Amino acid sequence: MTDMTNPDTSRRVPASQQPMTVPAPGNPEAIGAAVSVNIDGLDVKVPLGTTILNAAKQAGIKIPTLCHHPDLCVAGVCRICSVEVEGQRTLQASCSFPVTTPIKVKTHTQKVRQARRHILDLMLSEHCGDCYTCGRNGNCELQTLAKEYGVDSFRFGHVEKPVHEIDRSSYSVVRDNNKCILCRRCVRTCLDLQEVGTIEVLGRSHQSHIGTFLDKPLGDVVCINCGQCINRCPTGALRANDQTDEVWAAIEDPKKHVVIQTAPSPRAAIGECFGMEPGTAMTFELNTALKMAGFDQVFDTNFSADLTILEEGTELLLRLKQALLLREPGAVFPQFTSCSPGWIKYLEHFYPEYIPNLSTAKSPQQMFGAVIKTYYAEKQGIDPKDIVTVALMPCSAKKFECNRPEMADSGHKDVDFGLTTRELAKMISEAGIDLPRLPKSDFDSPFGTPSGSGVIFGATGGVMEAALRTVIELVVGVKVEDLFEHADIKPVRGFEGVRYVELAIPQVGPVPDLLKPLFPSWDFLKGATLKVAIAHGTANAKKVMEDIKAGGQFSKCHFIEFMGCPGGCLGGGGQPIPTTPEIRQARAKAIYAEDSAYEIRKSHENPDVLKLYTEFLTEGPCGHKSHKLLHTDYTPRGKYIE
Amino acid sequence: MSSIQTYTQATPEAGLKRALGMSRPDIIHEMNESGLKGRGGAGFPVGGKWNFAASAKSEKKYIICNADEGEPGTFKDRVVLQEHADLVFEGMTIAAKAVSAKEGIIFLRGEYTDLREHLEATLARRREQKLLGRDILGSGVDFDIRVFIGAGAYICGEETALIECLEGFRGEPRNRPPYPVNTGFNGHPSVVNNVETLASAACIMGKGADWWKTMGTAKSTGMKLFSISGDCAKPGVYEFDLGVTVADILKEVGGEGAKAVQVGGASGRCIPPSEFARSIAYEDIPTGGGSLIVFGQQRDMLDVLENFMDFFGDESCGQCTPCRVGNLKLLEGVKLLRAGKCSMSYLKELCALGETMQIASKCGLGQSSPNAFLSVVTHFRDEIMGRTFSQA
Repeated sequence: MTDMTNPDTSRRVPASQQPMTVPAPGNPEAIGAAVSVNIDGLDVKVPLGTTILNAAKQAGIKIPTLCHHPDLCVAGVCRICSVEVEGQRTLQASCSFPVTTPIKVKTHTQKVRQARRHILDLMLSEHCGDCYTCGRNGNCELQTLAKEYGVDSFRFGHVEKPVHEIDRSSYSVVRDNNKCILCRRCVRTCLDLQEVGTIEVLGRSHQSHIGTFLDKPLGDVVCINCGQCINRCPTGALRANDQTDEVWAAIEDPKKHVVIQTAPSPRAAIGECFGMEPGTAMTFELNTALKMAGFDQVFDTNFSADLTILEEGTELLLRLKQALLLREPGAVFPQFTSCSPGWIKYLEHFYPEYIPNLSTAKSPQQMFGAVIKTYYAEKQGIDPKDIVTVALMPCSAKKFECNRPEMADSGHKDVDFGLTTRELAKMISEAGIDLPRLPKSDFDSPFGTPSGSGVIFGATGGVMEAALRTVIELVVGVKVEDLFEHADIKPVRGFEGVRYVELAIPQVGPVPDLLKPLFPSWDFLKGATLKVAIAHGTANAKKVMEDIKAGGQFSKCHFIEFMGCPGGCLGGGGQPIPTTPEIRQARAKAIYAEDSAYEIRKSHENPDVLKLYTEFLTEGPCGHKSHKLLHTDYTPRGKYIE
Repeated sequence: MSSIQTYTQATPEAGLKRALGMSRPDIIHEMNESGLKGRGGAGFPVGGKWNFAASAKSEKKYIICNADEGEPGTFKDRVVLQEHADLVFEGMTIAAKAVSAKEGIIFLRGEYTDLREHLEATLARRREQKLLGRDILGSGVDFDIRVFIGAGAYICGEETALIECLEGFRGEPRNRPPYPVNTGFNGHPSVVNNVETLASAACIMGKGADWWKTMGTAKSTGMKLFSISGDCAKPGVYEFDLGVTVADILKEVGGEGAKAVQVGGASGRCIPPSEFARSIAYEDIPTGGGSLIVFGQQRDMLDVLENFMDFFGDESCGQCTPCRVGNLKLLEGVKLLRAGKCSMSYLKELCALGETMQIASKCGLGQSSPNAFLSVVTHFRDEIMGRTFSQA
């Protein structure tokens, strides 16, 4: 969770090869060598190798940037951050110039201002589109700079007609190269931060553009739909596929019963779209807003998150039973989580041979959809074909997931629409609703009892923590609180890319009724040590997968949580823009605070889930009906496309 | 056609033999004494570059010969490689001894593939002669050279783009600092020298720095090769001492009465007759890569300029904004001038843009591509502004 800026700014270094910890700014003595730099007359002491940009930040001096992003390695291509360095013939890009000797820097001389204005004018000459008609109007870095630098005319002309075709082939990501300013943040996100490599710069000079393999449509190439590129695009060149019109149409249709489930991460972030500080949870205000907007029912995705824990956890226990008790050779370990659709598609493309390791449990979004169109429909006496299920997710890959052909086990499309946090914020604004000032209201029954374990799914390590809370209580037979203060399993929390935790099972308790049909006793687990790991962001997933392939430490794990996005869902590709390590940390704080505030903190104590097993899934977790509705299979896709 | 006297007269391997018997600091000292500067265009002192690489700490170091001769109007390196390849490899081996590098790479321009066979044969013969490989001439020095063929991008002549290309990436310049002498090929210290630089270095080691300094001026020592083309009677590769005037060269090549001379290739400057008395030296008109293109009286300077800007419009790597879009805007400006549609105020704006490109572009390409535009606008203003719609 640090600024990934590498002191060696000459080479592009993939995330997995970057040093993970950089000394905190403001503490230059911490790593020894410090150097002083004079910026606009102010003296600052910084660690050797700090860029001028970061030194200026420390001195409280703002230098404009476009291609720079705190999550990404340095590019130094837009040149908007150019400054004068005494003794240098040319201007220097402050984002990439490391301070190694005491230097004097001037950030706003006539030369510098003229150059920045020229650079902006050049970008605008190639940037096609009206601000009015752009989804990023009001949240565009180019627009902001144009204002700051007093752009009053297009000095070097302006493209009037779009040159590039808009690529709408993907369920998740829309690419509009007409608005692209070639800062290459998306490329560095995809190639270096996520290590997927869907997009690269193609062509040379002014023919250069961001493209895919052979310039094929995004929907046809190896893309995991994580949307991290969208979150880091300074303009409107990348956006999520917008489905708000379809959702409005469903709301307006009197024959349709429109149900929305809200995931924890959007609730912790949507306030940012309304000018609130990052980390302000809007969970219960949002319930009010959604009702005002016209949704018939508002449910909490926590319900199906808890359901996921029971299904996925039972699956893990079954695998352990197969290996430890029955000594069957077929048990596949480690079991991988399956909640993150970005991660799923990543594995299907890059490690299809590991599909048997994936939990067959659907993601909470999809489980909820299946439950709504069966159990809920039955209970309410509504024809499932008249139900429209909408999911508010922090994620662009969820749009692809709900459109997977196999996701129709209820007999209908389980989830009709996946909305991103940004899309819902737009709907709320469109409806004239002032979210921050709304009164709070509760979720609707029958899935209205919130639990803390479901909430923390939003943060990296959250699924693991929720699973461990349940395993400790159901298997070990002790209270989580007895082992971890306030039931906070801190070892699995945090933002380090890969984490590894061992949990000894010195004793076992009685098998709870819910699981008795599957497990006569827990004796086979007595004395075992549960080895688990957590990885977030596909670059970190790659590290773990390569280790598993090589038979390393992680191949000995029993259970690994993988999240496609850095930080987990709270850093998802559908979340408010911008994203920075600090913003993600603030969202995580909000999520853990919400968990802490709930009375019910453990998935197996969620009364609505237990009721579902008594009334509907009567064979219990991983039973026949569960398998039909709540589990799925995967598609080996491979790296090669046709 | 070629008459590279200095290279022809050099005693084969004299420089290498002498260098093998010298200490590393002494070799670098000799290079510093000679005052030899990089002949590729940037003019960085060779001894200084070798010294940086020599003092960098690393298990591996590389000597890279930049044979990506792509500057329009420049062809002297091709002749050197054809006729004096041994001298180039000798220079690389001396550099290797100076910085203790074990591997050398010659980055050959994609269009020069026909030279490969000759170079490989020369390398093979040198290996047989114990001039390359393990324990060169019994000195204990190990060094070998391989040939790498570029893919034809002009930008790969820029040393960091060249290194990116060697590593298998898009040929695009890196951020500097750090410089290749510290962080070069695969992250190791690398000396990147031009073909001619290395050949001259070998001559200097053979005959000594004092001999080299008898040629040229105090600040621009030695001889320099020039690729001369255009409207002259005897185009070709010439050797002149630095400090030679433009007029002297024109006389030698039969280009008297020229309307203009482009010194330093497309990225160089356009010199009008009023400045033909000036000399070509680091302290006066920079040599660039040593190319002179002669334009006769009949030439339309806008044709000349459009040709150059068209070239940069194609060859910018597209990475940084000033170069990617700036060159396009200058090219469009030339077309407006031809059509008689460029106002004085827009021309002024374009000149200011050119000045921004010179200081704000990421690498030497964008920093020098506006030179031709700015010098033609300065020296031939009447000619280029006088167009009417009908002449378009």
